[in-house]
This record gives sequence, C-alpha cells and structure tokens, in this order.
Amino acid sequence: MADVLEKPKAVAQPKEPLFSKKNRRLISDPFNDNNPITIQVLGICSALAITVKLYPALVMAISVVFVLVAANVIVSLMRNMIPNRIRIIVQLVVVAALVALVDQVLKAFVYDISKELSVFVGLIITNCIIMGRLEAFALGNKPWRAFLDGLGNAIGYGVILIIVAFFRELLGSGTLFGIQVIPDAWYMVNGGFYSNNGFMLLPPMALIVVGIIIWVQRSRNTKLIEE
Amino acid sequence: MQELINIFVKAIFVENMIFAYFLGMCSYLAVSKKVETGVGLGLAVIFVLGITVPANYLLQNYVLAEGALAWLSPDLASVDLSFLSFILFIAIIASMVQLVEMAVEKFAPALYNSLGIFLPLIAVNCAILGGSLFMQERNYANITEASVFGLGSGVGWFLAIVAIAAIREKIQYSDVPKPLKGLGITFIITGLMGIAFMSFMGIKL
Repeated sequence: MADVLEKPKAVAQPKEPLFSKKNRRLISDPFNDNNPITIQVLGICSALAITVKLYPALVMAISVVFVLVAANVIVSLMRNMIPNRIRIIVQLVVVAALVALVDQVLKAFVYDISKELSVFVGLIITNCIIMGRLEAFALGNKPWRAFLDGLGNAIGYGVILIIVAFFRELLGSGTLFGIQVIPDAWYMVNGGFYSNNGFMLLPPMALIVVGIIIWVQRSRNTKLIEE
Repeated sequence: MQELINIFVKAIFVENMIFAYFLGMCSYLAVSKKVETGVGLGLAVIFVLGITVPANYLLQNYVLAEGALAWLSPDLASVDLSFLSFILFIAIIASMVQLVEMAVEKFAPALYNSLGIFLPLIAVNCAILGGSLFMQERNYANITEASVFGLGSGVGWFLAIVAIAAIREKIQYSDVPKPLKGLGITFIITGLMGIAFMSFMGIKL
C-alpha cells in the first residue's frame, strides 16, 4: 500500500504517470494557494490596464497561456545547453520571439483588439510571471512538467484577469462581452434607480478590485496571511 | 523648449508609468518595503530609461520603421522591419543594462554599491520596455524629445515608488484588517494614489 502511494514522489523515475498526483498539483496549485497574481505577486504589470472589458482580457489571457506554455517547454528543452551566465538573454529572446508571433496573429485576425491592447501585447515579454516561471521552474525540470507548470500558472493568471474584468465591465458599463445585462428600465434616464459606476472604468479601480480579491482570498484561507 | 517641458511634465504626472499604466508593478510592489531601497531602484530606473529610450529611438528610426533603411541604399526604402521591434528592443535593453552595470562598477563604485543588486533586475522591468514601446507608438519628432520622455517617465516612476515606500513604512503601525495586511492594502493604497494622480489629467499641456 505504502509504496504505491510513495511512487509519484520520486522525480527521477522514468515511469511516472503523466497525470500523477504531483503533476496535477502543478496545475491546480496556481488557482488558489499559489496564484501568480495574488500570492506570488507576479505579472501585474501588463495585466490591469486591459481589464476594462471582458473580451480584451480574454484575448490577453489566451496570449499569455500560449506564450508561457511554449516558452516553458522550449526553455526546458534547452535547459542543459544554456550557459548560466547568459540565461536571461536567452530566455528573453525566446519569449520575445513568441510574443512577436502572438502580436502578428492578433494583428491579422482581431485587429480591433490588437489596437486596444496596444503596447500591452509587447509587454508580455517583461511580464514577470513568464521570467519568474522560466527561472524558477523551466530551467530545472523536464518538458512535460514545465508544460503543466506553465499551463497552471498562465491559467491562474487568466482567471484573475477575467474576474477583475467581469466586475469592471458589469459595474462600469452594465455589459458582459459587450452584451447589455442590466435591464434598460432600471437606468435613471428611463425612470429607474440604477446608474453605471463610471469609476470602475478608470485604471485605479483595477488595483482596488485586485486588493479586494486578495482580501477575500486571505480571509477564507488564513494560512496565506502575511505577518 | 516649451514643447520639451510639456513632454517632461506630462510623462511625470499625467501619464505616470505606475498610476496610469501599471508598468513596473512587480518590482514596485516587491522593493517598496523601505524608502532607502525604493530610492535605489527608482534612481536605477531613471538612469536606464534615460539611456534606453533614446537608444531604441535611433534603432526605430534608422533600422526598423518602414523606409528607415533608405539611408543605406534607395532599394531598401520599402523594407518594413517593425515586426522585429520587440526582439531588438529587449536585446538593446538587456545589453544596455549590462553595459551600464559594468560602467557604473568601474567608474562609480559608490553608486554601484547602492544600485548594484537592482541593475540586473531592471532588464525585466516592464516600465523600461514600456517606455520604448510608448516612444514607438507616439512617434516623437526627434531624439531630444524621446530622451526627455524617457527621463520624465523615470522620474514619475521614482516619485511613485518613493511615495508608496514611505506610506508602507508608516502603515506598519496601523491596525489594518489581518487578511488585508501587506499586499492587499498596498494594492488599495496604490489605487487611491492613482485616483489622486488623476487630478492631473485635467491639465492641458
């Protein structure tokens, strides 16, 4: 019994199942206990300015998933070839090439969104999540584990983006994905009681919403509270 | 001259890197626990932005933009290399940071000791790449304007990190709700400071 349970813990074992418990944790941890934004505080830079509406936030999240997963796998494949002294530059070049690819694809297929995201697509390169995961994980792990880690972290990041964008779009413009969800009759102009909170559309509110998400998360999970 | 002052003031207050665009938030949150380290990192950012924005301006206007290669030979006038800009900008930034680090170590050891650990970190600071990308997007007329914009953004970032570090030093003694301590309250303070900085938006420059 005991050694059946012990097995997945041995990292070097070649026969480790693809979805062993440990590998599943690589994906599930970043959702909550080890979320890149609310716990590790990485990748806030390019995230918040594009959360006014859900759709650009979704596009951004998908771009980051692609870049992080691909970069993690590529760097992990090259980990034994990269000289330690120039690793940062090598990582930056890998990431920059992937981001250039994403940028060209966005320009070709969703031009409006690409204009809306403006410099923030380019800023995925310096998104600390990506460099952080490459440094901390991909350089020391096999490609499959790096793939899972990249996927987990990128989705953990995307989830926060989407939660923030959901509240900002709902409260700020009364729409979701551009579709009106607050009934017209509720609005003041039509004799109702409701009006949009224009404040939610302004950049500082993104920070406050993230602050509140952190507050909620930490009061539910008191282990995470800082001393 | 007036134009330059406008760009400078606008970059510091109206289009502040932190409060208007959230650039460089990672190091901003990580290194703002003490005023002293905040000042060190802020100075390093001013320094590096002041160098990389003009350097990337030259790259943009003599190599990357459409028709920029015309000075080499008229046949190249139709070449548009702007899809390479991300890779080249980041390469310039990474190598500039390395160069600056070596130069500072050699000629100003005292400065190196205070900036030392922050310089390599800066290569992956979003504010630096952001400065270059905004420069590309806004098409500044000449290199002086680009340098003034770079310096102004750096000063804005410096102001922001010193201010938040000072607040964080004081807030340790306040009774913040436990789950909000540390990171949470820092986010909310930054948001409130951002709202305060928005009052500069009304200024027409």
